Amino acid sequence: MSTKKTTKSKSASGSCGPECACHGPMPVLENSDIQSWPKRDPQAVIYMDNNATTRVDEQVVAEMLPYLTEQYGNPSSMHTFGGQVAHKVAEARQRVAAILGCLPEEILFTSCGTESDNTAIKGTLAVLPNKRKVVTTRVEHPAVLTTCRDLERHGYSISEIGVDRQGRLDLDELGFRIDDNTALVSVMYANNETGVVFPIDEIASIVRARGAVFHTDAVQAVGKIPLNLKNGAIDLLSLSGHKLHAPKGVGVLYVRKGTRIAPFMHGGHQESGRRGGTENVPGIIALGKACELAQQHMAEENTRVRALRDRLQAKLLASCTDCMINGDPDRRLPNTLNISFEYIEGEAILLLLNQYGICASSGSACTSGSLEPSHVLRAMGVPFTAAHGSIRFSMSRFNTEAEVDFIAKVMPKIVNRLRELSPFVKRGS
Amino acid sequence: MWDYTDKVMDHFLNPRNVGSVDNPDGVGEVGSLACGDALTLSFKLDASGRIADARFKTFGCASAVASSSVLTELIRGKTLDEARQVTNQDIARVLGGLPEQKMHCSVMGQEALEAAMADYYSKRKGGPSAEKKGNIVCTCFGVTDDEIRKVVRENGLSTVEQVTNYCKAGGGCGGCHGRILELITEVQGEAVQARAAAAPKRPAKLTNIQKIQLIQQTINEQIRPALRADGGDIELIDIDGNKVIVAFRGMCAQCKVSEFTMKDVVEARLREYVSEELTVEAEKNPDSSEHKS
Repeated sequence: MSTKKTTKSKSASGSCGPECACHGPMPVLENSDIQSWPKRDPQAVIYMDNNATTRVDEQVVAEMLPYLTEQYGNPSSMHTFGGQVAHKVAEARQRVAAILGCLPEEILFTSCGTESDNTAIKGTLAVLPNKRKVVTTRVEHPAVLTTCRDLERHGYSISEIGVDRQGRLDLDELGFRIDDNTALVSVMYANNETGVVFPIDEIASIVRARGAVFHTDAVQAVGKIPLNLKNGAIDLLSLSGHKLHAPKGVGVLYVRKGTRIAPFMHGGHQESGRRGGTENVPGIIALGKACELAQQHMAEENTRVRALRDRLQAKLLASCTDCMINGDPDRRLPNTLNISFEYIEGEAILLLLNQYGICASSGSACTSGSLEPSHVLRAMGVPFTAAHGSIRFSMSRFNTEAEVDFIAKVMPKIVNRLRELSPFVKRGS
Repeated sequence: MWDYTDKVMDHFLNPRNVGSVDNPDGVGEVGSLACGDALTLSFKLDASGRIADARFKTFGCASAVASSSVLTELIRGKTLDEARQVTNQDIARVLGGLPEQKMHCSVMGQEALEAAMADYYSKRKGGPSAEKKGNIVCTCFGVTDDEIRKVVRENGLSTVEQVTNYCKAGGGCGGCHGRILELITEVQGEAVQARAAAAPKRPAKLTNIQKIQLIQQTINEQIRPALRADGGDIELIDIDGNKVIVAFRGMCAQCKVSEFTMKDVVEARLREYVSEELTVEAEKNPDSSEHKS
């Protein structure tokens, strides 16, 4: 334990050469002795936390930059200087519509996914004053769950559908819970923690047949799996720019033609009077470009990125004992791996990963500041022993095989080290 | 991300005295897998009765590992009487401080030490057992009233949230918040009374309108924020002489300890700020009322 060793850094090997700007140098492991940890190199980043936020694509930055500098006009203005900005916003609207397979006029720009969710839920209830019930799931993102639970205090009844051990919904129960009093059903497209994808088109049809409005929080799905809203029965859909390589501070609510919602932000006539406030022009233009790029990379997400995820999963399952995958492995986002390491705690794992510049996240209680582990894992009935030790790796097209292999090499050492500390691992087991 | 000190990171990355002592004189186990952190401490005494070796095994986050590591350093070389003086604040101090929400990690260290010493005495003289003393208050995290009294006393805590940060009690279903508040009031009884005496003087004589306004104001400013923090709410229904009738909303409406909340929070605050003569009652459910005319 006394031998201190410093870990040298050099450029990442693999398909990302030194000229690639997508990440800094990667620390190099020297033999298997890991009694002391490398001093954290702030330059070394292996970013595997893309469900939290993503790197802004350089092409996206280039597209938005003029609208932060010389093209500062207001799209609502009556002069050409502002008008050309309005054209660019219209182009962005078309690009977003293209990735969703909908009409440009069905796109409502907001400030974030949370605003989209709030607008969808409260905006729907406001125009259906005689219906007092909302049906949702126990595994929603807090943007939906907290909003719904707050409505309970205003006299609404909220019905939360549970999931099974694999994170799957019981569609019969869902149908059963929708009654004449139900204004809205809100079910996420894909879960942010486990990546489990719900059969949204099927759910939308059930909801439509029962006469309620259907909203889906698709923040994690857009850009990762192909969507086509024209043919489905989704009435409202939320997405967020910073989850698909656009900057933070811009989101979208898709509102199917004919779906009534009350504005959440009152003000000017922007967004056809459905969302007051001067548009976040650079953000909207960036999001448009990001959607265009996401569409181009959709096949890559589902082949190369999926293969990276599967590679990491296979390597970790092979090299670490007492670990398990959380979430239905057959219906999962291609980029997400949620894996639990028993007898050790998630925050400790994250901090040791951080020593190597590896960014991931955890459903452990300690990382959130609350005392209970992730509501998603608890809803799935994942035992506490595993929930506390859950780690989520979420990838993007910027990740490489070399990065995956590096994590696969480091992870067993981290796990073994923490298990040496753990009172729950008996010697020799 | 947590703002850990360099000292915390050092003890996390290079923990001292990991493992378990062979043929220990005392072993203390606290926490559990379900709670998210757990610590096993073992020690051995030398011929002069000093702690010759102390080792730990910890399941938990960086601050839990660091607290355990520091604990073993603090008690090595001490007699049991000297070690008994080590508090959770000593552990936090050596670490250069811990985030408030992580203080329970330092408390866990101290509890492990107590458990290990109790184990030693019970083996030696059949003295006090290593079992937890007191009655369980927080069933989610298995925290007893004695443990809560201790953290409140030693750390000068005054809110339920602080108690949760220091010993986890109340961090689960929240059903014990009323009881925790009682314990805080009990421990800090004198301090709280002193504060109440220094509180703004109540007007000597109120008109009815003034009284109603003051009651509403006290509910809005002094009572509602605390209930909202736990997902509940309160509504003033009626005032009949000195009888204030209120209704709980949200989480409070289903809360099993709402009676405690009613007496210990609502009535206490209204008496403090409005009039000693006030009593508070919950609104009778109109459906179940037998006296309905």
